Amino acid sequence: MIPRRIMGIETEYGIACPSNSGGPAPLDAEAAAALLFEPVIAAHRSTNTFLTNGSRLYLDVGAHPEYATVECDSIEDLLAYDRSGELLFADLARQANDKLAAQGIEGRIHLFKNNNDAEGNSFGCHENYLVRRRPDYRVRVASMLPFFVTRQIVAGAGHIYRDADGKPAYEFSQRADQMWDAISSASTRSRPMINTRDEPHGDAELYRRMHVIVGDSNMAQTSTAVKVGITELLLMMVEDGGILPSLELKDPVEAIRLCSKDLTARCQLELADGRLMSPLDIQRSYRDVLVAHLSRYELSPMHQHLLDVWTRALDALERQDLRAMAGELDWAAKLQLLDRYCERAGCDLDDPRVARLDLAYHDITSSLVPSLEASGGLARLISEDDARRAITEPPSTTRGALRGAFVAKAQALHQDYAVDWTNLRLMGAQGNSTVVLNDPFEAVSGRVDELMDQMC
Amino acid sequence: MSQEFLQPHREQEEEVIEELSPVVAQEFNVDALLDDIDSVLETNATDFVQSFVQKGGQ
Repeated sequence: MIPRRIMGIETEYGIACPSNSGGPAPLDAEAAAALLFEPVIAAHRSTNTFLTNGSRLYLDVGAHPEYATVECDSIEDLLAYDRSGELLFADLARQANDKLAAQGIEGRIHLFKNNNDAEGNSFGCHENYLVRRRPDYRVRVASMLPFFVTRQIVAGAGHIYRDADGKPAYEFSQRADQMWDAISSASTRSRPMINTRDEPHGDAELYRRMHVIVGDSNMAQTSTAVKVGITELLLMMVEDGGILPSLELKDPVEAIRLCSKDLTARCQLELADGRLMSPLDIQRSYRDVLVAHLSRYELSPMHQHLLDVWTRALDALERQDLRAMAGELDWAAKLQLLDRYCERAGCDLDDPRVARLDLAYHDITSSLVPSLEASGGLARLISEDDARRAITEPPSTTRGALRGAFVAKAQALHQDYAVDWTNLRLMGAQGNSTVVLNDPFEAVSGRVDELMDQMC
Repeated sequence: MSQEFLQPHREQEEEVIEELSPVVAQEFNVDALLDDIDSVLETNATDFVQSFVQKGGQ
């Protein structure tokens, strides 16, 4: 049995309010975000709130609407909660746009689940994985770095850029061009690809939290699932004491950029020991070692499927069949759309209409991806019903269940309260009562029941 | 959040697709989708794209 793992995804969204009739935008990002969050402030007196589904919805630095999913212990739940964030923000955007229309303002708010704005400012999609502590944790996590550097050839969301000659081209990853440090536990200024924080939001004796910021924001559920699911399986192997391939890169920051720009996945990346290896071969090395390790386990249908996706994606790149995964993975789906548009319009990738199509793909206020899904052009792995349920209900198997129930009852009874990832606090005239939840796997708690009984 | 706040939008009738098998991309008509979106892309594309500016996130 694969051990349960707590996972979460934090997504920063881009926001814009383009004019309906051409010309400059009627609202900038800050003003648009403020309008977007009016209902949140009205309901919660804050732009930062935990919801009845246990997730956190807030306005981040730089006017980025952000959603951090509740703690999930399955890929299916993670997909549902990630999608619930899209639905929530799309609904907020609809409310904001109704107000704009009513005020006669000629603009509409759009929200983008991507990683770059028009000027190359970058924002992220961060993954969190609870990892069981081992003495050699940092070393083992470091051995995963080449996997993270090259994971984009499967999970990347695709990006249009200009090559050295100024010609427009397509690369795997939206995030690869950012300034990175490879691994850091400390920094506030640099951007470490993996961050091995010691604040696990849980019992620090037992757990650490691995924070991964190198991934792209994904629209395709298969991309999200394979991104997180394969990482999850590799972490299990690390926890088991399994030995990952030793492929330390000489310069991970350079490697991630080279890898992104080479759609053949065959560029020769330099390893620390002087060997040269392609991203394809690096991914395959992890795959082979992982598959051998997993032979001792019975895998769920989802994990089997994700291993199959991973294998087919790598095989397709080997054959240079860039269309094979267009029904499942973001970079391939988007490339197919952009290429076909260019063919029809007789234009190149640097045409503004292509950039507009790129944004439409990531626009959660548009119906492009839902239309793709509904017409069979892009796979869904969970149902929209599951995602809608996830808007209001937390998972039943993690700490989020307790937080969600507490928030729901406190809101229904108009109690003053405060919550974060580990604390539930009831604030009353007689003082505060707090329950600390240190076990992210704990979904049932007598202490929380008692705290909730105090509400009336 | 109260229920009214979170009413999901049902403008489109969506087919619920629950499958773990790969979607065959060839069966899907890219051109039909691009036909639908063409007029949107043609309209003020440059202004739309340029309106998307914000400082970086964390």
